[in-house]
This record gives sequence, structure tokens and C-alpha cells, in this order.
Amino acid sequence: MRKGVIRPGHIQLRVMDMEEALKHYRDLIGLIEVNRDDKGRVYLKGWTEVDKYSLVLVESDTPGLDFIGFKVISDDVLSGLKNDLIQYGCEISEHEAGDLDACGRRVSFVAPTGHTFEIYAEKEQTGKWGLAEVNPDPWPLNLTGMKAERFDHCLLMGPNVPATEALFNKVLGFDLSEQVVTPDNTIAGAFMSCSMKAHDIAFVECPDLGKLHHVSFHLETWQDLLKAADLLTMTETRKDVGPTRHGLTSGQTVYFFDPSGNRNEVFCGGDYHYPDHPPVTWKAEDLGKAIFYHELVIHPTYLEVLT
Amino acid sequence: MTTYRISIESEIFNCPEGQTVLIAMTRKGKTCLPVGCCAGGCGICKVKVLKGDYETKVMSRAKVSKEEEAKGIALACRILPASDLTLCRVKV
Repeated sequence: MRKGVIRPGHIQLRVMDMEEALKHYRDLIGLIEVNRDDKGRVYLKGWTEVDKYSLVLVESDTPGLDFIGFKVISDDVLSGLKNDLIQYGCEISEHEAGDLDACGRRVSFVAPTGHTFEIYAEKEQTGKWGLAEVNPDPWPLNLTGMKAERFDHCLLMGPNVPATEALFNKVLGFDLSEQVVTPDNTIAGAFMSCSMKAHDIAFVECPDLGKLHHVSFHLETWQDLLKAADLLTMTETRKDVGPTRHGLTSGQTVYFFDPSGNRNEVFCGGDYHYPDHPPVTWKAEDLGKAIFYHELVIHPTYLEVLT
Repeated sequence: MTTYRISIESEIFNCPEGQTVLIAMTRKGKTCLPVGCCAGGCGICKVKVLKGDYETKVMSRAKVSKEEEAKGIALACRILPASDLTLCRVKV
């Protein structure tokens, strides 16, 4: 049952060289740089996003994921969910309003997979980038690169996927939209939705805590994915897989890496999910078809190359 | 253009100046090292330089510690040769 979590609202990623990262996320993927703060963090958004930003880049000697934030519908819901997390046994920490630019108070917890999540209710809304509030055009002029529309989802890897799935379902009200199950019926992959999207967050089992498999940005069409792949070659950016189709979610995809080795995806299409839908099930022994529907095999480093 | 001779166990290939060892390997169709992110983040192409001079681009500290770096351990995707190099793979 839904509990008032509305979307993946932001992700803070560590990069090893900020200017190289900006050439990648801003100039190649086409996100809009909206701010820099006194801690050296750079804030970006996809042009369709109404909130001020969705990607926060921070410089570090180790790439990877700092945290993912989910926006909830109101401050009352935030207070309720904070209590529910504590009741469920989660240790929480709190960040005051303004600690992240233009963002209200945030309640943070670590999932059993080792990833840090936070929930918040308020963020400044600056509107879709480059469009008028009234009688808007369908898209703005002066977009660059892949013209990514929005931060869409992440796939995270770590141990204890069943316990993390239970936490997201019972406490935060996410639905299990698709799952990968082992022959003994254990969930090895949980694709979860707090919306009508096929997934807002996905977890896949691996022994190491807190790993990022990929962060995904939404494009409009399959043709946009083809041109995104062209741009990877033009800019000598390391492509991983695609353009191709996933079995899971049936979305269309191109995978590639940022200049610090964080895997990115650009993604379009795919299934939808209503709260009364049972989960779509994939067998772990058919994981090749589940992940790469055309190739039917997973290349050897796909599930090993993580940050 | 200057090229350097790269030896990794029984494989040998040339690496043009300014290109990383791992990219040179892939362009020659060699598969003696696993190829991951090619950006110093995932650590899968970890090697030890046994002989030769080189520079490295920035590498994840979670994958190559300062002590390891001082002993000639590096990620092949970040090694820019400054002479012929002899390398061996470090399994991760």
C-alpha cells in the first residue's frame, strides 16, 4: 500500500574530477547545471524536472553513491515515515533544511543492502527548464548532448535484497513490480515502484555492501537512444551495452560509464505498474534473457563492474 | 608517433604515446586483461608494473591504495606509458 513516497528525487554521486564529470553529465548527457555550493557540490537537473535539481555531484578520491533521496508528499508524511522507520528498527539520522541547497529537512537511513537513503518533503520548485509556466512549448531550445529528460531510477547491488525489499514495501509503501527469483524462491532481484513506472529503484544481490550498478536518465524515444550511442563514440566515452532491450521492465537501454567509472544508463519505454498488479517474475537461471532480451547473455563484467 | 611495447604475461602489443594501456589493448583486439569502466573506478583491470616508466591518471582509492601505488600497482585503464612496460595481472 502506498505510503506517500512520490518519486526518486535526488542522488548524490562521488566523482574524481568535477570538471570532467560536468563535461559528461552536463555537456554529454545534457543535464542542466543549476547551482554550486560552498562545499564544492554541483547541482544538476533534467530539463523536464519541476524541482530545482536531481543530481548532486561531489568530488572524492573514490567514486560511487553517497545517497538517494525520495520525495514524500508532505511534511506530515515525512514525520510519520520517520516514526515508522524507527519502529521497524532502522537507525535514522536527520539533516536540517538547507544542508542540501534549497531542500527541506531530510531523514536518512541505511538499508540492509548497505545503501544510504533519505526522505524529504520540500524542495524549491523552479519549473521545467526553459519553458513558460503558461502555454508552455513541448521542449526548450538550447538543450545539449543526449537531452536527458529526468533522473529516472538506480540499480543498486548489495547483500540482503529480501530484507531491503521488505523494508521498502512495508515501511515506504513501494510495490514489487518485477522480481528475479532463484530456484528456491528467494528474491535475488527486486524492481520496486512508488509510482506508475516499472521501477523507481532496483536491488540485485551481491556480497559487497552499498554498490552502485547504474544511475539511469530518461530519454523520450528509441531513436534518441541510437543518437545517444552515436554521441558516446563521437566523444570517446566508454559504452558498456546497447542500444538494446531489457526483458525486465521491457525498457530500452544504452549503458556507458562516466569519467570516474560510475555506470550510467539512458532509458526509454518499458512497462507500467498499478498497485494491484502482481509482480512480473523472472527466473534467475534465465537472467540473460531477463537483462538483455536480444543478446540472451550477460557479458562477463556486467554484474562485476561496480562503484 | 612514439609507441611503446607493452608485455602482459605472454601477450605483447604496442601502445601509442598518450593512450592508456587498456585502450591500446582493446584497439589491438587483445583480451589479456578484463575491461570494465575504463575510467579508474571499478578496479577490474588491476596490474603490477614490473619494469618501465609510466604516469597514471586518477584512480579510485578504494581500488588502489597509496601503499599499492608506491609498489607499482595501478589500473591498466589509467596507465600512460613513458617507456616500454612489463606488467602482470593482479587478480581482484
